[in-house]
Amino acid sequence: MNTTAQASENGRVVLRAENVWKSYEDGTIAVLKGASFEAVEGQTIALCGPSGCGKSTLLHLFGGLDLPDRGWVSVNSVEINRRRNLLRLLRHEVGFVFQLHNLIPDLTLEENCLIPTVAAGVDRRTAQARLHHLTDRTGLSHRLGQRIQKLSGGERQRTALCRALMNKPKILLADEPTGSLDEHSSAAVFDLLLDIVATEGVTLVMATHDRGLAARCDRLLEMHDGRIREPESI
Amino acid sequence: MIFLKLILTNLLRHRIRSLISIAGIAFSVAAMLTVVTILQGAIGMFSGILSSDSEVIVFERNVSDLFFSNVPAAAVAEIANWPLVAHADPVLFGIVSSSDHPIITCFGVTAADARIRKATWIAGDRAMFAQHGDDVVLGERAAEFMAAALGSHVQIGHALFHVIGILKTANGFEDGGIFMPLASAQSFFHKQGSSSVITIKLRNKDDAAAFKNLVKGKYPNLIALKDAEFDRSYSQFKILKATAWAVGGCGLLLGGLGVANTMIMSVFTRIREIAILRVNGFSNTQIAAMIFGESAVVSVFGALTGLAIGTCFLYALKLVPALHGYIDVSMQPLVMLVVIALALLTGIAGALYPAIYAMRIRAVEALRFE
Repeated sequence: MNTTAQASENGRVVLRAENVWKSYEDGTIAVLKGASFEAVEGQTIALCGPSGCGKSTLLHLFGGLDLPDRGWVSVNSVEINRRRNLLRLLRHEVGFVFQLHNLIPDLTLEENCLIPTVAAGVDRRTAQARLHHLTDRTGLSHRLGQRIQKLSGGERQRTALCRALMNKPKILLADEPTGSLDEHSSAAVFDLLLDIVATEGVTLVMATHDRGLAARCDRLLEMHDGRIREPESI
Repeated sequence: MIFLKLILTNLLRHRIRSLISIAGIAFSVAAMLTVVTILQGAIGMFSGILSSDSEVIVFERNVSDLFFSNVPAAAVAEIANWPLVAHADPVLFGIVSSSDHPIITCFGVTAADARIRKATWIAGDRAMFAQHGDDVVLGERAAEFMAAALGSHVQIGHALFHVIGILKTANGFEDGGIFMPLASAQSFFHKQGSSSVITIKLRNKDDAAAFKNLVKGKYPNLIALKDAEFDRSYSQFKILKATAWAVGGCGLLLGGLGVANTMIMSVFTRIREIAILRVNGFSNTQIAAMIFGESAVVSVFGALTGLAIGTCFLYALKLVPALHGYIDVSMQPLVMLVVIALALLTGIAGALYPAIYAMRIRAVEALRFE
């Protein structure tokens, strides 16, 4: 079945890519070759595929960090292009979690989490309320004043998750979010991730190599030869 | 608050580098402050000599230096009798030398001159001034470095002079100078019948413009300027001021290069961090503000430290006996403000390229290649 057709039947489409092409090194390295994709509100989607198949590239395009050479990507029915307000997209519509936590080491957990609210100009009281809500959910409320160096790998990744969700984005883009964790921590962080996106109504698009984690998502998509396919259709 | 912490965090992360940059700005500011203050002080003192008990100064038009100005005695005599004039004091400036001191300022003045009338006489009697052609009065510091006392004789140039008085004055040039009777000075400097300037005290200060017009009409080769006008227009003062600011500016430029180096290193070593800020919604303006904020902190700390160092240095210089009276430590608020503003501008200029570089960092590339 076509991936876009299947998604459209189940709810409001919040993220769509149509015939997306992307290459690097002046076109010599073609990564995406006509990839199409749709995600509906609240859905969890795993993108699987070998290293270098374009999973991260696709996530970057979904978040407006890069633009496709051909085709288009839209978030909430608005196409991402040079005319679009990319700051609004990054501040309010999508959140990123990476394999490496990418936290600022000299700041505390609390300060790292508040960075998106500073960027977006969210008032302090609202930001603090959101911070406490998320850190309570992720079991980090007792570590707010800790510097990042003093946190465990799992705590750091949970901090990164809190930061990504601070401005209540509707889409969470996760690039191997548990890839740097041991098996136990990985499972714990992923359980938490699924739980939070479910309760917050967030659409999760996750790139992963871990088939076990991918199987727990609503949909599992394979990336192959620069395109996206449902596993059974490969 | 977090934005401020982002700025400070990076400076604290590389403390030595930040301190070196602050030191660079501080020493530049101290150098600028010292040079400008000393020269402003010197200008102020010279201008003080001219404006002593007078409002207007008359000298030869189009001379580059007052030492080359010639005002004829006939003009002095006539101007002194104009109804607008309370008194007119001719002064002849000259440079003389003694055995150990190659440059001593000499003032050829009349007994009625304010510099003689109003000075504090440490030794000698004012009434004795200009009684004999070989009499001189020394400033207190001149008497010290020439090891002269009342009644002694001092060798000045090719002639021997009799010391008939020692004056105390707050003005460094006067304190380190020699006062001769005008006629003696004219003879000594081969300028018979002329003086360098006439300092004029008017009966009514508001008549300055009328007086200037009178001089212009009667003596086209002379010019009359109010003291403030003279300070602004005298080319030697302009050159000195320009030199002071240029030397100070060069120092500050070096400090600015230090800031630029620090900021460039600062940006290059945290490209990924800036990329992460971008992913979290930081705009170009916010990224630039962070970089400029860092350089502003360095500049402000540097400027304040520099002001403190410069002030201490000036006070230390003031204590050196040879410089007594030449250094005016009373720093003008305007000079301090300009120095701080220049330090800030230098810091901002130094952060310009790093800020542009930081604004151009593409998050997607920085994240891909980590």
